[in-house]
Amino acid sequence: MSRVRVLVGTRKGAFVLTSDGKRDRWDVSGPHFGGWEIYHLKGSPADPDRLYASQSSGWFGQVIQRSNDGGKTWESKDNKFTYDGPTGTHLWYDGTPHPWGFARVWHLEPSPSDPDTAYAGVEDAALFRTTDGGQSWQELPGLRTHKSASLWQPGAGGMCLHTILLDPSRAGRMFVAISAAGAFRSDDAGTTWRPVNKGLQSEGIPDPTAEVGHCVHRLAMHRSRPEVLFMQKHWDVMRSDDAGESWREVSGNLPSDFGFPIDVHAHEPETIYVVPIKSDSEHYPPEGKLRVYRSRSGGDEWEPLTKGLPQSHCYVNVLRDAMSVDTLDPCGVYFGTSGGQVYASADAGNSWAPIVRDLPAVVSVEAQTLP
Amino acid sequence: MIRVVLPAHLRTLARVDGEVKVAVEGPVTLRAVLDALEASYPMLRGTIRDHVTRERRPFLRFFACEEDLSHESPDTPLPDAVVAGTQPLLVVGAMAGG
Repeated sequence: MSRVRVLVGTRKGAFVLTSDGKRDRWDVSGPHFGGWEIYHLKGSPADPDRLYASQSSGWFGQVIQRSNDGGKTWESKDNKFTYDGPTGTHLWYDGTPHPWGFARVWHLEPSPSDPDTAYAGVEDAALFRTTDGGQSWQELPGLRTHKSASLWQPGAGGMCLHTILLDPSRAGRMFVAISAAGAFRSDDAGTTWRPVNKGLQSEGIPDPTAEVGHCVHRLAMHRSRPEVLFMQKHWDVMRSDDAGESWREVSGNLPSDFGFPIDVHAHEPETIYVVPIKSDSEHYPPEGKLRVYRSRSGGDEWEPLTKGLPQSHCYVNVLRDAMSVDTLDPCGVYFGTSGGQVYASADAGNSWAPIVRDLPAVVSVEAQTLP
Repeated sequence: MIRVVLPAHLRTLARVDGEVKVAVEGPVTLRAVLDALEASYPMLRGTIRDHVTRERRPFLRFFACEEDLSHESPDTPLPDAVVAGTQPLLVVGAMAGG
């Protein structure tokens, strides 16, 4: 029977949650790297026991950890993320130029085919790659040196590259998203990039339909249909049917279209999930009810999923990297909260139960389906 | 041998217990001790000093013999007691919550 491993990054360490395919009883290991912020950890699709983790601290900076045994043991790897060439400036919160500076790794995206290759999205926004299992990292500077980069601006969490999507069917095509610059696409394996933000509208920037400057919170795709993208923006849930060339809003009947994560059902490309949050300054669910919303039509029409989730006095947040799905049937859906709960649904969202309730604030959740 | 006391999180990262001892050839300066420390424990590179600028990370301090050496030139000789190994160099994380 297949198993599931859920990798959880928190403000004070990493946790590894494992279960058999029933997904009703869980073993919890951790904290790994206790006391450190773990922004993200993710396994290689080519070798699920090969894990990469981003470990960071305000005191000691960035550390990269790698496991070759599914998180039982770890070894630190190269933590030198040096921008390739002059760095120039981006815009600061007040619109003045601000020098580019590395802060941390937000997201690690292992290659689907090579366990030694992985991409790292960092703050201040740039894309790095390792091809030797984390022994060294090199920037793909075409993104950071895009002609629009001097106009990029940080979101409240920093100017982070937080989403990396690798097109499984078209070699060399990849998407990234940056807060607050927008979505970008490369068709040549990350050498050159262009913004793909047509159709986005953001009232918080001088030109609401500008080419860059949008606070994109998350992108998602289904691997069977990579030209269709879904986006949770600062406000608005969006959809593109042409690989980002154009976007249309699909917020529909959501109680709020502000939120952070968005994800796609493993077997139903038109079934998507979001967690509405009240507003950009009130980072908690509307009415104190923690509801995942599911659309089976690729947006526009949404249904609240509430069974097993707190429906009163709940004021947690769910961050952009803190939702994931497994590939079992029925599809498992997982998300973690700022209150330290990790919720699991073994029936595609129809019902939920906490795996753990009292972790440090959850930053990221990644589900792996294991043989 | 030069004795170095690391903060708890860096001891964990370096997989050591208690004090670390490093050998330094030539003048015993802060730079020489940190170079030797990073040579023996490569996983500490970038965690005490910035990789590129080699500047002390802002939330770390260097103490020895009840003195704050954080703002000394990295090429200033360390106190005789540190050189003699009777006192350690302390790498201290700033007291800040979170």
